[in-house]
Amino acid sequence: MANYNAVTPEIIAELEKVAPGKVVTGKDINPDYSHDEMPVYGKKMPDVSIDVTSTEEVAGIVKVCYEHNIPVTTRGAGTGLVGGCTPIHGGVVLCTAKMNKILSYDLEDFVVTVQPGVLLQQLADDALKHGCMYPPDPGEKLATLGGNVSTNAGGMRAVKYGTTREYVRSMTVVLPNGEVTKFGATVSKTSSGYSLLNLIIGSEGTLGIVTEITLKLIPAPQATVSLMAPFENLDACISTVPKIFQHHFQPQALEFFEKEILVTSEKYLGKETFPKKLGGTDVGAYLLITFDGNSMDELDSIVEKASEMLVEEGALDVLVADTAPKLKDIWAARSSFLDGINEQFKLVDECDVVVPVSKIAPYVEYVDEIKRKYEFGVKYFGHAGDGNLHIYTCSNDMPVDKFNKQTEEFLSAIYAKAQGFGGQISGEHGIGFGKIHFLEEALGPVNIGLMKGIKKAFDPKLILNPGKVVSL
Amino acid sequence: MNILVCVKQVPDTNEIKIDPVTNTLVREGVPSIVNPFDGYALEAAARIKDKDPDTRIVVLSMGPKQAEAALRECLAIAADKAYLATDRAFGGSDTLATSYILSRAIKKVEELEGAKFDAIFCGKQAIDGDTAQVGPELAEHLNYPQVTYGLEAAVASDGLHVLREAEDGNEVIGVQFPCVVTFTKPSFDPRFPTIKRKMAARKAQITALTAADLTGIDLTRAGLKGSPTKVKRTFVPPRKQAGVVVKEETVEASAHRLFELLSKAHVI
Repeated sequence: MANYNAVTPEIIAELEKVAPGKVVTGKDINPDYSHDEMPVYGKKMPDVSIDVTSTEEVAGIVKVCYEHNIPVTTRGAGTGLVGGCTPIHGGVVLCTAKMNKILSYDLEDFVVTVQPGVLLQQLADDALKHGCMYPPDPGEKLATLGGNVSTNAGGMRAVKYGTTREYVRSMTVVLPNGEVTKFGATVSKTSSGYSLLNLIIGSEGTLGIVTEITLKLIPAPQATVSLMAPFENLDACISTVPKIFQHHFQPQALEFFEKEILVTSEKYLGKETFPKKLGGTDVGAYLLITFDGNSMDELDSIVEKASEMLVEEGALDVLVADTAPKLKDIWAARSSFLDGINEQFKLVDECDVVVPVSKIAPYVEYVDEIKRKYEFGVKYFGHAGDGNLHIYTCSNDMPVDKFNKQTEEFLSAIYAKAQGFGGQISGEHGIGFGKIHFLEEALGPVNIGLMKGIKKAFDPKLILNPGKVVSL
Repeated sequence: MNILVCVKQVPDTNEIKIDPVTNTLVREGVPSIVNPFDGYALEAAARIKDKDPDTRIVVLSMGPKQAEAALRECLAIAADKAYLATDRAFGGSDTLATSYILSRAIKKVEELEGAKFDAIFCGKQAIDGDTAQVGPELAEHLNYPQVTYGLEAAVASDGLHVLREAEDGNEVIGVQFPCVVTFTKPSFDPRFPTIKRKMAARKAQITALTAADLTGIDLTRAGLKGSPTKVKRTFVPPRKQAGVVVKEETVEASAHRLFELLSKAHVI
């Protein structure tokens, strides 16, 4: 670990010169800047916080910090789930939330250039006005695009359109010494040396600070239909997932969840959307599938064939949402799973493993079996289409120490199992500092060594978001 | 049990634009949906049918041929049969003329169905005009008792028990058959159509009722010339702030909390 210096009044004066009127210290710092949405990993207040507004400002601040060996942690909306933006070594927090302008559209090359503080929902809505869609669609719509890039966020539509990485064309980056550079270009192919662009994507603010992003857009699909298929039990539900692909359907989204987590979420929203009983049979689990296309006529036959297949595989029925209000209702409950859990439980931890689609069923079976050993409750749901599962440990009455200890043990076991199935420990949330030791275990010394080498090549003084992703 | 649900096809207000010059709704390119409150009325009827499968649900709309799409959606969700009152003579009707035409159309539908309706369900209002007049006026034309702002309806021996929303809470009102009930937003989403119903609805026959079909209709009371309403200006009313409900575990705690809130607001 590097040795960092304390932030002295002289350093604050230097920062003030770069960002006049924006340097906040001590008790005036927004307490939210001490954590993300997973405070269970610990909180830490920074010594200084600055709500930055331009690339030049970021470069100036980072330069001062580089010269004085002060850690710099960048944050967006703070919606992360692995402690990625928690300033665990204190120092300076740079918040990009005020860099929230959509700068320009280029509808000849289908790209949009944004500042990193633009919210995902803001871009999604605005792009639609231009007849375009920004495909990445994480559940947390109030995350910033800078945050999405730094974790390579995925979301519901990743099954058809891929994750954030596929949509980043180029970016302006402030390096740890304050130099400003540009990675990537507005082209769809490149075979031009190491992809520095792709190193930054998913690097969780440890290699550079992204201050401008050019993202690829696609023409917005003209028609969307969602199908809800209730099943008697989870097993029947999950084993249907690989069949959907085997039948060559290309869903835009494919989610699974159990009745229990749905009830939690409906309680949070204060209304009931999904049927719990059909034709006298209690529903145990649901598949939620979306298809998109150029017209309703095109989708009608796909929807009919897919429904037929779902019923053959044991779906109790297939319900259809093909109007704007129905689509909104059907997805509202799904989008509030995490809010529902957070409202109901005082202690929550989570992981977002990803396994091959064909292994979801045996993996979930394993989780169900092992969870019985612990006192906390386990809730899960997932992007079935890409094998990405969100598994939560939740408790109201366990002592924190005990909860953490048991969760650690539980996560170790399920991470090991995911790896055994050829999976990865995080699909879209990242490593932060909550999952470092798990990453080390999962990747082994050779790969972790390479990662550490990359970190040092970018950030020899280890000032950018220290203690995250890899431990040095 | 026979229930008729009146529905209107409306532009999706999430997409609504007002023409700044003429002050009227821009309908071009705006997707149409079933008026959401009519959807709640249909759901209320469907819930009665869940308990008594012999219940027949008929939907009726007045509008141009495009309104068939809204009726097909209702067929896919819960309705057994759909009728569309459509005629150039009906165009430009205000709420009075609309409710009059609907009352005549209901008589015709009853004749075609060979049975009287026990209850007429409507949405409390349409989200494009927001007048909330058609339901109550329809009850007057038919000379039926009416309950407005319904949330749920249950069948009792001689009528319906309607849970209705009031300013200061909910109340249950009993109403005798035949009656008109208008519905507002309940705490559940209307059900989704099943794929089977959806496919059947696509092919379903929708019976059109023209002015000539409505025996005894007085056309001076229909359409633009039968409409006394003159729209002088339209505007979006200011948003009413939501009230605060103080609900602690005990009366004392509630009183304390209320005192705190009022003190904080410098009201006392």
